[in-house]
Amino acid sequence: MAHIKLNNELPGIRGLMAYRPETEVPLNALVELLLRDDNNTLTRGERELIGTYVSYLNDCFFCQNVHGALAGHYLNCNIEQIDSIKHNFQSTDLSPKMKALLSIAASVQKGGKNVTEEQIEAARTEGATDVEIHDTVLIAASFCMFNRYVDGLGTWAPQDRQFYVDRAPRRAEEGYQSSVYN
Amino acid sequence: MPHINLSNDYPGIRSLFVYRPETAKPLNGLVQVLLHDPHPTLSAGERELIATYVSNLNTCYYCTNIHGAIARHQLGNDAGTVKQVLADANTAPISNKLKSLLKIAAKVQSGGKNVTEDDVMTARAEGATDIEIHDTVLIAAAFCMYNRYVDGLATWQPHNDELYDKMGEQRAREGYGTPPVKVSEMELTQTT
Repeated sequence: MAHIKLNNELPGIRGLMAYRPETEVPLNALVELLLRDDNNTLTRGERELIGTYVSYLNDCFFCQNVHGALAGHYLNCNIEQIDSIKHNFQSTDLSPKMKALLSIAASVQKGGKNVTEEQIEAARTEGATDVEIHDTVLIAASFCMFNRYVDGLGTWAPQDRQFYVDRAPRRAEEGYQSSVYN
Repeated sequence: MPHINLSNDYPGIRSLFVYRPETAKPLNGLVQVLLHDPHPTLSAGERELIATYVSNLNTCYYCTNIHGAIARHQLGNDAGTVKQVLADANTAPISNKLKSLLKIAAKVQSGGKNVTEDDVMTARAEGATDIEIHDTVLIAAAFCMYNRYVDGLATWQPHNDELYDKMGEQRAREGYGTPPVKVSEMELTQTT
């Protein structure tokens, strides 16, 4: 049960967004821009994967399943394949650039100062642009917020992981702005 | 030196906002709602104190100093309270309710699951409302983002109290949406 009375039955961040529409607006605008905007050289699938991985590192069940299902939807992967990326992305067939960006995201999750010059150089060597490095850091940082928001207020999350997989195509189609009530 | 070429000489998060105006918009919109816009019960000074406290726990120099300065201006130029909250929130001259909210904020900083029913019940017993608890958690969570963003890209974070005081005075007065003043155009007696 959530720590506060949300007066709705919506799971995870959606219950919080319905509870407080004033903060819902910039939060949804941020995630829409970071993960779904088409004016980006990282694909939606790649950006969802960064959000999924950081949510996994923060042990947030709701976020890692919502975004893992979306990443799977965009990248044509099933839950098991997404799980294997979360557990050990280095041993998967992701591009060297994505591996370098996920490594930066993992450092951000621990704390901003953990990102090293060497990690930035490694990402550049694999072809990452400055904007891609910027967006990776901001996506990772933003999930350190979203994850804490969802878990810090003790929200509920459906435990059947298929629930998230089933919803992903519609979320991919409609975007985050419409995620609150439907 | 920043990890990426930001092509401007604004400090901290302002350099990132100038570099990427698309993401600046919702990021600034969020901090405006959380810290500056009118709130049913928490003053801007109290909310800025929560932001300053979490930024200090995350050891983010820029965010701790700018929000510390804004908090000071919002609290009627009370520098003592900000210093005492950072040194030891339990003995600082703030309400028991704010102390209990800072305790929740510290739990959020170390990880969302660390917030306990007891923490929430203590805050309620001190008079905290559900919206105050919600906003405390979200402010603390948001600063776990802003702090990582500012440090994760190794932005320029000058050590100059006068600079933060001037920027803090502007933000306390104008909110977050107005353009920043260039450091080179500020009248500073200390060099940066």
